[in-house]
This record gives sequence, structure tokens and C-alpha cells, in this order.
Amino acid sequence: MTAPKALVEVKDLKKYFPVRKGIFRRETVQVKAVDGVTFDVFERETLGLVGESGCGKSTTGNTILRLHKPTAGTVSYDGVDLSGLQGEELRQMRQHVQMIFQNPYASLNPRLTVGQIVAEPLHTFRSDMSSREREEKVQELLRLVGLSPAFINRYPHEFSGGQRQRIGIARALALEPAFIVCDEPIAALDVSIQAQVVNLLRRLQKQLGLTYLFISHDLSMVRYISDRVAVMYLGKIVEIAEKKTLYHDPLHPYTQSLLSAVPVADPKRERSRQRIILKGDVPSPVNPPQGCNFNTRCPLVFDRCFVEEPELREAAPGHWCACHLVE
Amino acid sequence: MPELLEVEGLKTEFNTADGIVKAVNGISYSLDEGEILGIVGESGSGKSVSVLSLLQLLPQPPAFIKGGRAMFAGRDLLKMTTKEIQSVRGNQIAVIFQDPMTSLNPVLKIGKQIGEALQLHLGLSKQQARQRSIELLNHVGIPMAEQRVDQYPHQLSGGMRQRVMIAMGLSCNPRLLIADEPTTALDVTIQAQIIELVRSLQEETGMAVIWITHDLGVVAGLADNVIVMYSGYMVEYAPVDDLFEDPRHPYTLGLLTSLPDVEEDTATELNAVRGKPPDLTKLPPGCPFAPRCDYVIDKCLADNPPLLQIGKANHLAACWVDIIESEKT
Repeated sequence: MTAPKALVEVKDLKKYFPVRKGIFRRETVQVKAVDGVTFDVFERETLGLVGESGCGKSTTGNTILRLHKPTAGTVSYDGVDLSGLQGEELRQMRQHVQMIFQNPYASLNPRLTVGQIVAEPLHTFRSDMSSREREEKVQELLRLVGLSPAFINRYPHEFSGGQRQRIGIARALALEPAFIVCDEPIAALDVSIQAQVVNLLRRLQKQLGLTYLFISHDLSMVRYISDRVAVMYLGKIVEIAEKKTLYHDPLHPYTQSLLSAVPVADPKRERSRQRIILKGDVPSPVNPPQGCNFNTRCPLVFDRCFVEEPELREAAPGHWCACHLVE
Repeated sequence: MPELLEVEGLKTEFNTADGIVKAVNGISYSLDEGEILGIVGESGSGKSVSVLSLLQLLPQPPAFIKGGRAMFAGRDLLKMTTKEIQSVRGNQIAVIFQDPMTSLNPVLKIGKQIGEALQLHLGLSKQQARQRSIELLNHVGIPMAEQRVDQYPHQLSGGMRQRVMIAMGLSCNPRLLIADEPTTALDVTIQAQIIELVRSLQEETGMAVIWITHDLGVVAGLADNVIVMYSGYMVEYAPVDDLFEDPRHPYTLGLLTSLPDVEEDTATELNAVRGKPPDLTKLPPGCPFAPRCDYVIDKCLADNPPLLQIGKANHLAACWVDIIESEKT
């Protein structure tokens, strides 16, 4: 068996946002949204990125695609360092890496027809296409995501949330990218519609050989769709492993409590489950705790956690964890 | 347990520019003292409207309660005057909402907002109300309550604000707490805290709870009985174990099989419910779920099935087809 090839390599990526105050807009403090994350996304896999709101998972996705300029660190796609690219080079790179957004109501221009929305990337990057070819391509894309090509002249407001998300997926696929960041693609959808969209994403992955970074707070759905899963807390990755390992044998106390907090749709199991209920709230990323940043809520905290920050270490082959209890 | 609330044939409509939206189409259920009832449904299923109608919390117009009665402790809530219902709301029936930021007043201190109900319903003095507010904040697990009582809502996190709402709700020892998606805006670890809090408070006070949510998992761990709603109709009602083990409405079954499990692997493709929920201004003449249903027969397109008892006691479903016996069409 050959080792899987890393399509996207993220190394010590940091993104800090300045907070400006006072009449001179002086930079007073920084929000450390992403504070040194390192991981690879292998070719044709789905890497799930989970965490609670404010943990930096979306900022990580945006920074990988260079929608934000990283404060430090590198992101390379297929061997090319994206973090250093500028101007035309960066623009050309964008064809290969695409994004599916959370809110299908805000991410489609209400004044464009479905056909215009899906054709927009083609106008930008495939200007040599004739309008006839373009229209055929758009129809093919709509069929691919399970929409009727007859919808081509309709406007986004005529569609339901699930259908709009399909339009967004068709747009993301227009340039035949290899890597797609899916940023909470089902969070805004009703329960009965979520499964439709997730099934579609899985089918497209198989059919087109896509690689996904699937950002979500829904741990059940991430278990279903991912091959490997990374858990973020306050701007850092606390654990990353094969899906089976992470869900069966989580090592980090945060992962353990997060998994135990997710309700399961089975009353009998619910009654017998041991829940680890965390105390308090996530601290502010402006002023994260010294040492391990989980030390304010960790049920297993001890002296060392307050003075020394745990590094992300390989506890077992392919299973990385950042905790002093796991050596 | 004696009966606390009995709703019969409740019907609520909204007049909108697009036509009449039939949000709740004649639902009936009862709730005992100390019972936890879960109401599950997707957006637009009428789960919130059905409960807000009871408390006259919907602005009329555009909302119209077209029929039904709601007997609470022997009196019809729907027939009460504004003054009468005000003496029930916040006193015997408390409500907590999804978004604690918009349901708290941003320019009033926490203590003042909790104290308001205490002064109004229990006739406490300002000093007594403040003292009691601090006790209540302690009770719902807010640290440093003496300081928090003088803070404003924006100084608290989402989870803390929901605790404040619960403290307010509990201030007058209600007999019924209505929780309208109280954890939807919260993270999963904070959701676990809030559910645990409500459960322990319920055990301690013996109040009844109606918990409205779209999350079947939350209901599984919390409720005694569950109502499943779809486009303004009750499609199934059952004790919680029955509903999850032996769902009898195709919609309930579809929802349950479309959910991946955090504890177990899902080997096959998720069983997605096809199509989308109907437009509530143009409900089909038959069963509202028929266009999406895997078990549909001709009769479903013409007549809407009533909610009838099936097999076991206390288990009701609105479906013409016996989904245990029938094949998928």
C-alpha cells in the first residue's frame, strides 16, 4: 500500500485579527482566531474539522483559500505555497480550490439567474468558451447536482434552502476543482434536507475524485462523511485521527466531553450514557489562558497544564493529540 | 398525575401578502402535572406557533386563532382578557425563547429584569426582589451572582444569558415551563449544561415542561411524551420510547433514518426524505406529507388522515397506511 499523498499541507498557520480602539484607531489587542495549526489533507479524502463557535474552524478554511492573508505559516496546494502568492498567480490558483458556503440565502446574488450564477466562474476563467458551450456546461452542472436544467432562467428566491445549496455546489464545481472547502454546508438546512445534501456531496466526491475539508459543528454528520477528523479548540488543533479512532477512542479530554455532549436519538441509550459536562464557557481568544488553553474547563487539569503548553504529538500512528496526560 | 393543560382543536392562521398561511391546523393534546412533553418539527411545522398561540403571545393581526380551546387548571387561556392572561404569563406559565439576547432588554440590568416579575406577581419590595434575584442566579449556576445581578445582558455569554432567562422563568415557581428551542443557538457543550439544569430543576420543583425543538436527540434524552408536527398538523404522538423504537408515521420514520449517529457507524447512504416541505398557503387536499412519502396510496392524495390510536395505548399516528405491514411504493 502506498502512503496517501497530501494534496493540501497546512503548516503552523496563524491568523490574528487586530482590535482597534480609541480615536487614533490604535491597535490595542489581537484576536488569535487561528493560532498555529498544522495538518495535511490527503488526496480524495474528507477531513472533518469540528469545534464550537469561535474556535477558528471557519477562519482556518478561509485562510487556507487565501480569503484572509495568513499572519504566519504556510499552506501549500499540490506542492505550491499559496500563502506567498499574489496577483495573477493567486487568481489562477483559485480555479483549483473552491468553497461551499454555509448560508445559501446570502451566498447567491439575488439579481442573477441560476444560469448566470453557475456560469460566472466560466466567464472569469474560461473566456475562450463560446456562449453555446457555456450554456451546455451549465446544464450539465445542474444535472450533476440533481437540479433540472429547465431552472436556468429562474432566480434564487424561487428555490428552497436545499435547492439553493445545490446551486452553490454547482457553481463550486464549474471549474472542476480538486479541493473544496465546505464551510458548514448543511447548518442552515432543515433536518430532512440535510441528508439530501450530504448524500450529494458524497456521490460527487466518488464520481469526480474530490478532496474535501468539511467544516462543521455537527459531530454526528462529520462522523458520517469524514475519513479523518480534526478537533479545534480556541484556535488550536487538540486532536486529529482516523474517524474510527477518534470516535471510539478519543484521547483529549475536550474531544471526550464534546462527544459525550452530543444527544443521540435513542431514549434507552440516552438514559444510560455518561455525560461529561464541562463547566463554564470558552475563554476569549483575545486573552487565552496560559499553558494549555483548555485548562479553565478541563475535568482532568493538573499543575503542569497551567505552566506549559502541550504540543500536538503522535500518540499512535496517525493519531495526534495535544495533552500532557497523553505522552 | 392530574391534568394540567388540555388543548383541543387549536387552529391558527396568519394573513400575509401571499395569502392565508395555515400555521396550525387543529391540534389536540393534554399535559399532566410534572410531565415533560417534547414537540418536534422542522421550520414552518407550526411547533412554536402552536404554543405561542396558547399564551396570546402572537400579535393579532396578522395572526388569527380560528378555533379551539386550551384549558389550563380549569380555565380557557384563549378566552382570557389581556389582564387575565398577564397574571398567568410569567407567573403560572413561564416561557424561555431561542435567542436570549433578543428576549432580554439590553438597557436594563439583569437583577432589574428578574426582579420585575417578582415585584409584579409576588408583591415583593425592591430590596427583597434583588435579594431573591441573587438567590435565583445562584440556583441556575451563575457564578458571582452578587456582581452579575448588576450587569447588563451584553456582558454575559450566550449560555449565561439563557441561564438568566431560566432564572426569570422560575422566579414565580411556575407550574408549566415552555421552552421554545432554548438551546438551538448554543454550542453542544453549553446545550448539555442547559438541559441538565432544566432536568434537575424539573425534578426539584415538579413543574411540567413543554420543550420545542427540531433535534430528535434532545427529545430522546429529556421528554416523557413526544408530538411530531408536520406543516401544522400533529402526525404522531407517543411515549418517548415507543416513538423511537416503533415509529408509525412515515415522516417520523424518515427523520429517524436520515440522522447519522455520533456513537455508531452508518454504513449505507443516509435515507434522505425527498422533496421539500409544502407551501403553507397552498396545502394539498390530502395528507400534507403525501408528495414526499414512500408509502403513498391513492387515498392519501384525496383525504387527510385523522390522528388515530394505533396498537398500543397512548400511541397516535395520522396515516392511512400501516407502515409495518406495507411495502414502500
